[in-house]
Amino acid sequence: MNAAAAGVTSTDAAVAATHPAGTTAAAAQPAAEAVRSSRRTGDVVLDVRNISLSFGGVKALTDISFDVREHEIRAIIGPNGAGKSSMLNCINGVYQPQHGSISLRGKTFRHMNSRQVAEMGVARTFQNLALFKGMSVLDNIMTGRNLKMRTNLLQQAIRWGAAEREETAQRRVVEGIIDFLEIQAYRKTPVGKMPYGLQKRVDLGRALAMEPQVLLLDEPMAGMNVEEKQDMSRFILDVNDEFGTTIVLIEHDMSVVMDISDRVVVLDYGKKIGDGTPDEVRASPEVISAYLGTSH
Amino acid sequence: MGPFLETLFGGLMVGMLYSLIALGFVLIYKASGVFNFAQGAMVLFAALAMARFAEWIPKYTGLNNKFIDNAIAFVLAALLMVVVAWLIQKLVLGRLVNQDGITLLMATLGITYFLEGSGQALFGNDIYKIDIGMPKDPVFILEKTFQGGLLINKEDLYAAVIAAALVALLALFFQKTATGRALRAVADDHQAAQSIGIPLDRIWVIVWSVAGVVALVAGVIWGSKLGVQFSLSLVALKALPVVILGGLTSIPGAIIGGLLIGVGEKLSEIYLGPHLGGGIEIWFAYVLALAFLLVRPQGLFGEKIIDRV
Amino acid sequence: MLYRENGQFKTSYRADQQIFPILQDRVAIGLLLLVAFVAVPLVADEYLLRAILIPFLILSLAALGLNILVGYCGQISLGTGAFMAVGAYAAYNFMVRIDGMPLIVALLLGGLTSTIVGVLFGIPSLRIKGLYLAVATLAAQFFADWAFLRVPFFTNNSSSGSVSVASLSVAGIHIETPVSRYLFCLTIVCVFALLAKNLVRGHIGREWMAMRDMDVAAAVIGIRPVYAKLTAFAVSSFIVGVAGALWGFVYLGSWEPAAFSIDRSFQLLFMVIIGGLGSIMGSFFGAGFIVLLPLFLNSVPRWLGIPISVVTASHLEFMIFGALIVFFLIVEPHGLARLWSTGKEKLRLWPFPH
Repeated sequence: MNAAAAGVTSTDAAVAATHPAGTTAAAAQPAAEAVRSSRRTGDVVLDVRNISLSFGGVKALTDISFDVREHEIRAIIGPNGAGKSSMLNCINGVYQPQHGSISLRGKTFRHMNSRQVAEMGVARTFQNLALFKGMSVLDNIMTGRNLKMRTNLLQQAIRWGAAEREETAQRRVVEGIIDFLEIQAYRKTPVGKMPYGLQKRVDLGRALAMEPQVLLLDEPMAGMNVEEKQDMSRFILDVNDEFGTTIVLIEHDMSVVMDISDRVVVLDYGKKIGDGTPDEVRASPEVISAYLGTSH
Repeated sequence: MGPFLETLFGGLMVGMLYSLIALGFVLIYKASGVFNFAQGAMVLFAALAMARFAEWIPKYTGLNNKFIDNAIAFVLAALLMVVVAWLIQKLVLGRLVNQDGITLLMATLGITYFLEGSGQALFGNDIYKIDIGMPKDPVFILEKTFQGGLLINKEDLYAAVIAAALVALLALFFQKTATGRALRAVADDHQAAQSIGIPLDRIWVIVWSVAGVVALVAGVIWGSKLGVQFSLSLVALKALPVVILGGLTSIPGAIIGGLLIGVGEKLSEIYLGPHLGGGIEIWFAYVLALAFLLVRPQGLFGEKIIDRV
Repeated sequence: MLYRENGQFKTSYRADQQIFPILQDRVAIGLLLLVAFVAVPLVADEYLLRAILIPFLILSLAALGLNILVGYCGQISLGTGAFMAVGAYAAYNFMVRIDGMPLIVALLLGGLTSTIVGVLFGIPSLRIKGLYLAVATLAAQFFADWAFLRVPFFTNNSSSGSVSVASLSVAGIHIETPVSRYLFCLTIVCVFALLAKNLVRGHIGREWMAMRDMDVAAAVIGIRPVYAKLTAFAVSSFIVGVAGALWGFVYLGSWEPAAFSIDRSFQLLFMVIIGGLGSIMGSFFGAGFIVLLPLFLNSVPRWLGIPISVVTASHLEFMIFGALIVFFLIVEPHGLARLWSTGKEKLRLWPFPH
């Protein structure tokens, strides 16, 4: 996927300017800064307070607190095993933390199940791609529209009328997402047959189909080469720009994190060791000692 | 009190037979994660083999010593079960290695039908007798305590002793021999076992063979008591609730589960049955298992199943 | 050469979403329906209708119901026979105890009763899966075996233990001849197949498949696992119940609980596996295969001059079933339906190799 050609089809000219063909993320930094400062970050939309999580004897998270502001891109970084995925799983209702609370737009919860969190406008992608292997790309993304589907069993069985109209309307929305992610050619392909990088796009598409206000991305760039990472960065920035979606992002690639995120939280062994802008975090002695340099 | 104890003993004896079959299940599940629906069919197949071999040997070799005939028949039947185990590993399990539980379960369902069909095609489908010299007469015990004593079937007693001996033998095998150690390693963690050089294929053939021999013993005992016939595999299906109760991964669980189900069935039939119209034995075990599944799916002694994302 | 999509462009989502998007498929189905509704009644003899086509149709319907549960939603069930029995006995009771009960209403009520029982036995599926669920469904099977034998209420206090239905009629039209019974079954099966296909391609179908493929991720998208699983059990049991009622009323005429034993459950599961899990068409393939195989086994050796006894034939049947199950699970887990669609793919390219 040529970044330049893709840049032409992108609807956001400012973003196209940040990713000219062949440049590395570092060189695009000044332009990216200009884009970021044009984004207004709003009030706190997600507030994590004193979360502690353990499995049996293993303490995965110890007293973690941080906040996420609306419209920002917040990165969570840390060495392997630091508890980043567990943190995301807590936010999204997959794990129930033993202590602490999470507030979403003012509503506080500690024990909420995944479906309730989904209804509150939080979507996520998975580190290990929890796609529905038996279905096509189109169907996978359509499942993301599930919360918007209203027809009952009888209407669906008859299909003619309300159910057909609803399917078509939702199809239209999903096709928009497919266009955005540039996977039109693959829409009927069974997901299991697609290359890894494209599967990650489908995972993102399914999350986007939920029209989330907060999007949790669990290592969206894992296993990708430089070009694929550029594409994915572009998609993430586009989502943030066009839809104003707040993004919480776990990522290992430091250049990506420093480039696209507004603020960063650093975890190590389940504890928070850094919280601030990328520059602040990069200069922090605790973070440096935990990491001993960057990773690519 | 007397009749109650008799029913209790009767239930314990039947339960022992269920336990023997359940033992085979647990062995295979522990070592390979496969739920062997075909265990009952293996019992039938093994019993048929034993019965017919014991018939054919004197006919074709003229050896008429019952003990030798039965011994040779047993060995031959055991060897046959090893061959079956090897075939199952080679043709079925080896090719379904990374499939999910449902697929493997359905594969063993297919094996069930194949074994039932081929067993009867090879060995015939009449009712056959297995006569290994078990005493058929009952004995009265505790005549001092209870009027007339309690009626116990000597055959059942012998069966219980044999079953206990088998369990002890298996326990020794698992704890003391190198192969037994390897089996326990595989049961714990396939990948770790593989990484230290344990050949999974061979282990699985061994496990299925052991399960096959256990099935043979169960088939012989049961066949000696009831005669070898097709319905044996259906009765053997009862072992499923046994492992649910006892826990799929626990050998003591299989024993205790079997005894509980055997006793429960007999007692419920006598005391609950008349109120419900009789014949509740066919579903009692399953409904009990269902109740357990809702309350404690891992059974009495099994490991808790955790679903991780 | 014949089977090309050239020139068939879809200009609306609706056109793209239809059941048979390719023109040749639509023509083929139309022809098939024509043959089924018009040609067969005219040419088929009584044996073909009574012994092959009618059981094929009813078992296809039951397999369809089971496929929704096992193939689309991934919940194993070994108790299908029990749900057929519930449908049959419920329909019987409604028919016999309420004067003037129309046949179709009785059948549907039988299906609804089966739905209620099905949802009840589906509740364990919320906590357990796989083989554990299989054992729970076995509990349903054996309990039903016992209940319909021992509880006199269900058989309307019949002394013999078996029940029978008198002459059937729909809106005044008598359904006695093989042809009329065949057409009756055919109509019901076609209607149900269409409704099932619509459900399966709607959003409930996607929910079912999501539960099958990865239930943890499904919850995160906002799918309610309880709703998805219980609706799968409900819809499946409804269809299976109606099929059971049809089996008793139209095919057997009079029956005992043994007609719906565990062998029936296994038979239906085999149909679904061999025909294709997660495929409506596959249910028909599987049913056809299993209905035809015993006939095949009985006739072919005779034609080849090697007569085999009925007993041996039934042993062979068992062996072939077992071997085929294993074969399909290894080679083509999606069964005959996948083989069929792969064949069509090849046909699209024919005569070119790729």
